[in-house]
Amino acid sequence: MEDVSKILETRELNVSMGPQHPATHGVLRLLLDIDGERIVKVTPYVGYLHRGVEKLGESLSYFQALPLTDRLDYVSAMSNNIGYVVAIEKLCGIEAPERAKFIRTIVGEMSRISNHLLWLATHALDIGAMTVFLYCFREREWILELFEKICGARLTVTYPRIGGVRNDITQEFLDSLYKFTEEFPSRILEYETLIDQNRIWLKRTVGIGVISAEEAISWGMTGPTLRGSGVPYDIRKHAPYDAYDKVDFDVPIGTEGDTYDRYRCRMLEFRQSNNIIRQCIEKLPPGPIMADAPKFTLQPKDKMMPITHPQKQHAYFIDEKACKGCGMCLRACPAKAIFGEKKKPHKIKQELCLSCANCFVTCKFKAMKIVPGAKGESDEKLADLAKAQVPDDIKEAQALLVEHFNFVKKGPRVPEGELYVATEVPKGELGFYFVSDGTGKPYRMRLRSPSFIHASALPRLCIGHMVADVIANIGTIDIVLGECDR
Amino acid sequence: MAVVEVRLSLPQKGMEPAQIAERIKEKFPSEVVDVKDFAGQVSVILKRNRIVEICRYLHDEEDLLFHHLKDLCGVDYKGKKEVRFEVVYNLYSIKHRHMIRLRAEVPEEDPKINSVTSIWSGADWHERECFDMFGIIFNGHYDLRRILMPEDWEGYPLRKDYPLKGPEPENEWPGLVEVIERSKALREFEWEG
Repeated sequence: MEDVSKILETRELNVSMGPQHPATHGVLRLLLDIDGERIVKVTPYVGYLHRGVEKLGESLSYFQALPLTDRLDYVSAMSNNIGYVVAIEKLCGIEAPERAKFIRTIVGEMSRISNHLLWLATHALDIGAMTVFLYCFREREWILELFEKICGARLTVTYPRIGGVRNDITQEFLDSLYKFTEEFPSRILEYETLIDQNRIWLKRTVGIGVISAEEAISWGMTGPTLRGSGVPYDIRKHAPYDAYDKVDFDVPIGTEGDTYDRYRCRMLEFRQSNNIIRQCIEKLPPGPIMADAPKFTLQPKDKMMPITHPQKQHAYFIDEKACKGCGMCLRACPAKAIFGEKKKPHKIKQELCLSCANCFVTCKFKAMKIVPGAKGESDEKLADLAKAQVPDDIKEAQALLVEHFNFVKKGPRVPEGELYVATEVPKGELGFYFVSDGTGKPYRMRLRSPSFIHASALPRLCIGHMVADVIANIGTIDIVLGECDR
Repeated sequence: MAVVEVRLSLPQKGMEPAQIAERIKEKFPSEVVDVKDFAGQVSVILKRNRIVEICRYLHDEEDLLFHHLKDLCGVDYKGKKEVRFEVVYNLYSIKHRHMIRLRAEVPEEDPKINSVTSIWSGADWHERECFDMFGIIFNGHYDLRRILMPEDWEGYPLRKDYPLKGPEPENEWPGLVEVIERSKALREFEWEG
């Protein structure tokens, strides 16, 4: 008998899952200690996508740090933007106008729908339901096209601004969105027919990753992951921001706290978000889209149009007497059309110039000259033309453009203080903690990202289950590693 | 099988933050250094020694019930304040809908504070991140390692005296050279054909 037990000796196996694994939703590495098929210990390793957003935020002005927030949770970039601008509006003590608030609510809920669609698609794919993936991407495409219609970008949108939104929405966009809200409920039913009562789906989700309400709160879970355990905690209700106090919606909560309940919560949130969008479109008030607070917000750029309009054919010319060769314009040029050595006058290659005026605003020595409507002329002719008087509208636009540039670079002078503002993003609670020292840059910018907290609870969810359930558990907490690692 | 229902129940708004600050002052008069108010949010600046006791009190007391640790982070006030570091706790009560912010002062010479993982399990990774970024040591934390930076990284990135931009990573971080060397050594095991 001794020999047999020696031959059949078992030991725990150490398996490294990720960071290059399609089911880890990014670059998450899990070190699994397994006893047969059972999980004994899980050690998550994060940080592969750490870009130091908090440190970068301290070196940029409040306006400049906005695009960084897109790159956190790139699946629902719009919600991240909204979280950031809401926090800074509170810090500055300004309030966005009513119409901007409604628009932000609409786009925020659209991003919630698109995020949950991607979550459902990948979660179902991980567990084994291929068709849902394709169905979900059909509707997600529609929403991304709508995003493109309002701001020109599909994923990293940067549409909200401090004190409002970037531009107004059109009737065409509203019509298409309203049509979407009419059709979408029937599409949700399509997904549900595929998986809701599916036997494989039920076997893979019911009773997997169970966590009680008390424990879920103690772990700091938020969003649908917490509500699946039966805690009615939703920041849109607890501390309403934007237009959430003017619309009527319910908060779906689960009872068991397992993977299936969290799935149902998100399916019901689809319907609630759809409802919110409909109500917002019906109630959308007319009016301005930017707060009237020139000290803290970027004002419309209509008056800079004589220079910045894409169809204007201005040429730029460097005055050799004034140019000190500092190289500022050289670095600012996106087309690399400026060349020259240090401490010697630079030159512009006219055929490469995009007429973007970036070099004009960076020049400290007023060496850059605008020659209206002279694009394509030779250097000698430009030197002649540059001596002529500049028209009044362009002169005014020049001054405004430089002023605007300096304002964005220096940032608004926000009052001294500290503030923690949380918003409900699709994944949970996104918190911004700002310490301001009265300058245009935050003294400390802290991001509380839901994915980070949810990933920390993975060992609690996985231990005792099978290896295959690790995949289901990663899917159910809905993490994106860009936000987790910041 | 599990059922999910749609329900809407919002608890009554609890105490004002200033009241909560008063409560802490009454209970721990020797610990409170200062109370600050900005835009409706109150922060209580504390000494670090009895932080676990204070957190336990806020967590357990029937009319406070701060069960939700929203956030835990460090702040470096180099040259701005006498005590260089602060550990900031943002607490929220889901049941009573009120919040408070605690700021525990941690001096530079002895950057240590007691861990609150025994009260909130979620504080685990927050404290690891705070250690990673500021070098504050949390006594009683069971697994205090670096989390976002590589494990052999030197320096604490979010400190104010840490440069924003360093030299090229190949020259600075010895781990990268090691990784490249190892990948070269492992090349003999590559598949052929």
